[in-house]
Amino acid sequence: MTATGIGARAARKEDRRFLTGNGRYVDDIDRPGQLHAVLARSPHAHARLGAIDAGAARAAPGVAAVFTAEDLAADNVGGLPCGWLIKNKDGSDMVEPPHPVLATGKVRHVGDPVAMVLAETRAQARDAAEKLEIEYEELDAVTDTAGAFETGRPAVHDAAANNTCYDWEFGDKAAVEQAFAGAAKIVPLEFVNQRLVANAIEPRAAIGEYDAHDDRYTLYTTSQNPHVIRLLMCTAVLGLPETKVRVVSPDVGGGFGSKIYHYAEEALVTWAARKAGRPVKWTSERAEAFLSDAQGRDHVTRAELALGAGAEFLGLKISTVANLGAYLSTFSTAIPTYFYAPLLAGVYKTPAIHCEVRGVFTNTVPVDAYRGAGRPEACYLIERIVDVAARATGLDPAEIRRRNFIPRSAQPYQTPVAMVYDDGDYAKNMEDCLVEADAAGFAERRREAKARGKLRGLGVSSYIEACGAAPSAVAGALGARAGLYEMATLRVNPSGSVSIITGTHAHGQGHETTFAQLASERLGIDFDSIEVVHGDTDKIPFGMGTYGSRSLPVGGTALARAMDKVVEKGRKIAAHILEASAEDIEFADGAFSVAGTDRKLAFAEVAGAAYVPHNYPLEELEPGLEETAYFDPPNFTFPSGCYACEVEIDPETGVVSVERFTAVDDFGVLINPNIVEGQVHGGLVQGIGQALYEGARYDPESGQPITGSYMDYCMPKADCAPSFAVHTNETRSPTNPLGVRGCGEAGAIGAPPAVVNAICDALNELGVRHIDMPATPEKVWRAIRDARAAA
Amino acid sequence: MYEFAYRRAASTADARRLYEAAGDPQYLAGGHTLLPTMKQRLASPSDLIDLAGIDALRGVSRDGGAVTVGAMTTHAEAAASAVVAGAIPALAALADGIGDPHVRNRGTIGGSIVNNDPAADYPAAALGLGATVRTDRRAIAADDFFAGMFETALEPGELAVSVSFPIPRAACYAKFPNPASRYAIVGVMAARTAGGARVAVTGAGHCVFRATEMERALDADFSPAALEGIEIAQDGLNADIHASAEYRAHLVGVMARRAVAGCA
Repeated sequence: MTATGIGARAARKEDRRFLTGNGRYVDDIDRPGQLHAVLARSPHAHARLGAIDAGAARAAPGVAAVFTAEDLAADNVGGLPCGWLIKNKDGSDMVEPPHPVLATGKVRHVGDPVAMVLAETRAQARDAAEKLEIEYEELDAVTDTAGAFETGRPAVHDAAANNTCYDWEFGDKAAVEQAFAGAAKIVPLEFVNQRLVANAIEPRAAIGEYDAHDDRYTLYTTSQNPHVIRLLMCTAVLGLPETKVRVVSPDVGGGFGSKIYHYAEEALVTWAARKAGRPVKWTSERAEAFLSDAQGRDHVTRAELALGAGAEFLGLKISTVANLGAYLSTFSTAIPTYFYAPLLAGVYKTPAIHCEVRGVFTNTVPVDAYRGAGRPEACYLIERIVDVAARATGLDPAEIRRRNFIPRSAQPYQTPVAMVYDDGDYAKNMEDCLVEADAAGFAERRREAKARGKLRGLGVSSYIEACGAAPSAVAGALGARAGLYEMATLRVNPSGSVSIITGTHAHGQGHETTFAQLASERLGIDFDSIEVVHGDTDKIPFGMGTYGSRSLPVGGTALARAMDKVVEKGRKIAAHILEASAEDIEFADGAFSVAGTDRKLAFAEVAGAAYVPHNYPLEELEPGLEETAYFDPPNFTFPSGCYACEVEIDPETGVVSVERFTAVDDFGVLINPNIVEGQVHGGLVQGIGQALYEGARYDPESGQPITGSYMDYCMPKADCAPSFAVHTNETRSPTNPLGVRGCGEAGAIGAPPAVVNAICDALNELGVRHIDMPATPEKVWRAIRDARAAA
Repeated sequence: MYEFAYRRAASTADARRLYEAAGDPQYLAGGHTLLPTMKQRLASPSDLIDLAGIDALRGVSRDGGAVTVGAMTTHAEAAASAVVAGAIPALAALADGIGDPHVRNRGTIGGSIVNNDPAADYPAAALGLGATVRTDRRAIAADDFFAGMFETALEPGELAVSVSFPIPRAACYAKFPNPASRYAIVGVMAARTAGGARVAVTGAGHCVFRATEMERALDADFSPAALEGIEIAQDGLNADIHASAEYRAHLVGVMARRAVAGCA
């Protein structure tokens, strides 16, 4: 291993600019003559939209323009598209109501954009927006997930009867019924997987610019995938060819999924830049982010697990209601279906699984993928019901898992819910985790805690997840309207420096380092002579961006293939110069050599020859050294692992503190362990955040968001997490030549059930069976009090 | 934020003059409540009169049986003060537990008690320790100062100058923080003073209040056990997504027992 190759703990290249204040985020960019946009947003959760009198706003100081849905309609601006068509149980299509860029006819959630004001300064635009006179006829609102489809509830969209977008199912219902008929025990669990707010540290921002000379638009936006934004905005909203639009995503400060989607503001600033004849800049405030960034999770589920006499899992039956919010965000429909149900086997041999999901509209902010996206919901379900089943059968939670793990010898493993797991040793992950967590010493720690008046619990969670969604053809057959491949160009410059041009995008992941390590390893060249180019549709041929922990397994593999092509061409060039046969040319340690001789050419010399082809096989080979590869994976990769969490509960107050947290993750081959550990730490904190602290709430009567700032929406803080003990196992993924699996979401997927299992373990002696997330102090205190009263 | 005029007062007299000359003025101390409120456009004073330049409002001193803290003393200064820590460690600890380092280095004791946020910590200290608030025109006992939610006994334009805390025999502040904001869901200051036991509760109600039944019990027996069985009425207590009135009432009991235990 070299200091900058695969497996090296190389310092992150991008950190110099981030840590010295030289990052360049969208809000850092100012374009000459730019106007500032402020959006007037609905103060009501549900209302009929009446007349809009913009006279006073237009007359306000500094105002250049006020636009409403009428102006968009006059320009034939379309609605925001949904990227995945889901079919109902009966084979019919889901209901797909319009998602207007500015509210039309009705407003459907607090924060729904109604009008856009452009002014010389942001303050002037905001002053003017307050002068808009907008008539609202308030309607009753519906916000609760479980009850949204009951008859008589307010209708969010006229086209969606019972507020139902789709009623979908997956798996073999008959097989499950049969399994349940023969079961020795059936364990039910009803629970909520609550709504979360993504809370990237950088709020969204967008700048639109129109160049009349080129008849061309530029959109700077805080996006995880600029090409996808260009595609969706051009084809569905603005009706422009891609050649007329450049989308730039510069440094982006976190996404967690919330910056995947095509948002109204992106189309608005782009369109308005031409209307106003000046660049238009919009930056979200934090309060606005709570009202307009897509949110996550929000499931209400009833699950039943059928067990045999030996506690073997026979069948799993699931019914979930998934809240989609007021409109269909870009991938909202796929998250509670195809990114959820196919993971419901977990790491177990359960032979029969059936899942039905009803997607419902409510008067709330749209819901879409958030770190993990469907897999955390699946993992939480399985790992909680397995623990409940352990209690019901009197088995240790680790023992019931041992009896049901898919053995390594069965890999690759076909689950009953379509997935083919690629490899992984789930039993070893758990046994290693129990050792690292000193589970053997837990009883003593519990006794010691009890002496201090505290209840101590240990919980484990054996997760599996799926990264690098693939392949495109299968996704297309299931309703996806996008491809799932990735591309990379390796441009070798004449002096031998290398530009990696990737369709992935980094918003905290450290790709500039990781991808450079791949190239340093493969090409044997200086780490500092490698640049990574991303986030600009004018510089990168195409790309699907970064989500679902795909960058390395999919984008990294595209890069590896492009590098293979470069090496292959380099061998031919070297063979010519060294007067040898190409078959005899070996490439290692940054040099092409003739096998068995000391004749060799450095990588840079071959690059020079390719661009100054004086001694070059021009009759058979083109000059230049630049290769592009696209990779559409044959399968997902499947990271797995086990987390052990130890909590202490203060029974007087119900406060839960996480005392120890041990992780064993199998991410396949690690490119940079530092970066991987950082991803795990962040994911675990977000998982602990969901388990104990976070939750977006809406007033059930008015539909007003109650958690609209950090005063009420509880983000986990540094003192909410212990020092993590992070370990890895390594089984290479056979899905890609690098053997990598992806690590961006595992923490957020595996941690919530580990924490809740630990809480329920601590409270087991009192007879508490389940506590919904977030396990707030009051909820835990009530559970203790009620259990004691019942005892 | 709407436009406003910024004024910097050189003395308390200057501050009062500027106040009386303005249309709808506000004094600016640390600004940690006022400025966010203005940014949200929920407050729009015509003039902000910055008190930061008035040296007479800063500093901590001990005078016989009391510690006096200048109104513009920041939480961080109070927490780090050897005078405060030596005389009333509970007060230093309370100041050290307000908000986060940013808040503690800007927020002031004067701003806190004058704002009288129902979930703020300093009102519990002032009331629990039987402090006296000195203004540019009079002295007001803490028992008379805190009038209601975000309301005090101050007249318009009246400027808090300092807070004097009689040094108790023992005191302890036990806080149950809101996990999101870190304000007090319930905070209890318990003190043994020359005049008897005092128990002040913040966070639970619309305004900081004294738990008189607890004080009577503690006068008889200053121990956590003396508080067992004393129920705090839920009526009038705050209720929100973080804590119901029932839970707050329960926490008052828990925090009071812990505060009393901490006086040992």
